Amino acid sequence: MSQTVLMMKPQRPWKLTPKQILPDAIGALFTVATTLLLVAITPLKGKLGFALVLIAMAITTVTAISWIRRDRKAAMNSTTTVLVYIAASFVIIPLASVLYEIVRLGANALSFGMFTADMSLTASDSPLNEGGLLHALIGTAYVVIFATILSTPIGVLTALYIVEVKGRFAGVVRFFVQAMSGVPSIVAGLFIFAVWMVQLGNAYSAVAGAFALTVLMIPTVARTSEEVLKLIPGDLREAGLALGATQWRTVAMVIIPAAKSGLITAVILGIARVVGETAPLLLTIGGADAVNLNPLEGNMSAFPYHVWKNLLIGSENAISRAWQGVFVLMVIVLIFFALARYFGAVKGNKK
Amino acid sequence: MSNQEDSQNPNNRKADMSQVTGKQESGTTSRTQAANPVATHSLSDVANARSAKQGQPIVGATGLEARNIHAWFGSKHVLEDISMDFFSGTVTALIGPSGCGKSTFIRILNRMHEFIPTAALAGQVILDGKDVYEPGVDVTKIRLRVGMVFQKPNPFPSMTIKENVLSGLRLAQIKISNADELLESCLKRAGLWNEVKDRLDEYGGALSGGQQQRLCIARSLAVNPQVLLMDEPCSALDPGSTLRIEETIRELSSSMSIVIVTHNMQQAARVSDFTGFFLSDGGPGRLIECSTTSEIFTNPKEKQTEDYVSGRFG
Repeated sequence: MSQTVLMMKPQRPWKLTPKQILPDAIGALFTVATTLLLVAITPLKGKLGFALVLIAMAITTVTAISWIRRDRKAAMNSTTTVLVYIAASFVIIPLASVLYEIVRLGANALSFGMFTADMSLTASDSPLNEGGLLHALIGTAYVVIFATILSTPIGVLTALYIVEVKGRFAGVVRFFVQAMSGVPSIVAGLFIFAVWMVQLGNAYSAVAGAFALTVLMIPTVARTSEEVLKLIPGDLREAGLALGATQWRTVAMVIIPAAKSGLITAVILGIARVVGETAPLLLTIGGADAVNLNPLEGNMSAFPYHVWKNLLIGSENAISRAWQGVFVLMVIVLIFFALARYFGAVKGNKK
Repeated sequence: MSNQEDSQNPNNRKADMSQVTGKQESGTTSRTQAANPVATHSLSDVANARSAKQGQPIVGATGLEARNIHAWFGSKHVLEDISMDFFSGTVTALIGPSGCGKSTFIRILNRMHEFIPTAALAGQVILDGKDVYEPGVDVTKIRLRVGMVFQKPNPFPSMTIKENVLSGLRLAQIKISNADELLESCLKRAGLWNEVKDRLDEYGGALSGGQQQRLCIARSLAVNPQVLLMDEPCSALDPGSTLRIEETIRELSSSMSIVIVTHNMQQAARVSDFTGFFLSDGGPGRLIECSTTSEIFTNPKEKQTEDYVSGRFG
């Protein structure tokens, strides 16, 4: 018996044999061939026409093959499968091409000097090896860090109120949080502009920008945290309370550690929501070409502002600077998110 | 070779099955007991063997007492007029079919009932002569003295085994100097020390289900409760772990009073000194009969109890 066991090889009997794949391969060839033919003989021309014909042909061919080989149910299944693949490619193609464009246009002429110089002594049109984006880097860091410091506690505590405390106004608070997450970002900028700057008489500064971003970030952090906290099993709350803990101790020692990686994700999503916001910053930080180390007063720059300004100038070098800004911002965000994920996963939630 | 294995297999399987389905088989044996008085594994025999081994429980020293407890969820009356005494140093089992209010009752005893938003209550729960539902009572102190073990093992996922055991102290903000001694004694009393003594810094979730449940018991013991409530602690466990936890219950019962809800009548007969039988006839759950375990399983006064323990319904 043990000998037969030794002779057995691991196999995958559910895998398709070449014979079974053949009709599908022929179908795929047929689809492409017919599409090319149709584009050639009909007035449908260009990439869009080609894509539309290809989609239509793919659905028709796959459905027909399944119907002929099996039955109507299999045909329905195949149609749905193809539609799902098409939908997925509609998502992936634009994202991938955006990334490709950013890397293609932004990754050239990168230099270390970019991170040490600002634009105070350089015109946007001058060669790319002059000037840099230190001012934008510092500005974005100030604005995003302050916004995160402000909105993380407010967002998480709001979620705790809705999920853990279940206070009398939990439903109302949840409704407002959801409504707030639909607020256009320029409205948040206008709100801070009207209240903090016009009414209270403050000038452009990084904190004003941070306030505007906080308004946008709180709903994202609160809603994601709420979903995360809802996933914590009720047993854990009861276990904590049954050990003689107050509600606050249970939340602080049991619920939040158990939800830690989810809460970090909530903050990351919040940052992702605001890091590229341009409109509220234009109204609140004023924009600058020089490094401003004081977040409390004085005009401040930020990556979105830097990009916007250089795109408006419109000369070849300026546009390259804009792409560079986009590329650097993207890489920084990527590094930051990877670090946050890594540190969020080091301890806790090891099952 | 293979022949030999084949001939052995059926026997093994039969032995395994009788272990797994202990409850059902015992039901059959006790039913046939009238015809065959020398049956050795009937519930009453198990119950009698247990009280004989333990001697008579200390009757009279009441630690916890439920007086005329009624409970509602919304407008639904789920418990009607339950009065029970839980004597210190004894194990009390609550048996009865699903939905008859056993778990609700046990949660009333340490004030976990009030976390259900629509819950309501009437009656008193007397712990050492004081009503735990009296206004002004510090509910966290009550839960420190009346610990609870849940149906599903629920160790805190973000804590190591060591932190889990000591979590009660940190949660209730109790400071102690000899944490390591307490850790060892709690794990030993829960019967888990030998299995985890070399891996105290691993996460609780890495343990098996039965070990996790014993970890939860150790966690409850660390705050030194005088009453331990167990809500079907073995329902998610295999027979081996169940046996281990029953041993734990037996060891603990000398130092505290234990209330255990169980669907397994064998288990009730094996571990408990007193048994309460709950039943709901569609309306609120009632305590049909409460007596020593051997009496409930040998000589029940009520017809319904007899029908239930002999496996005729439920």
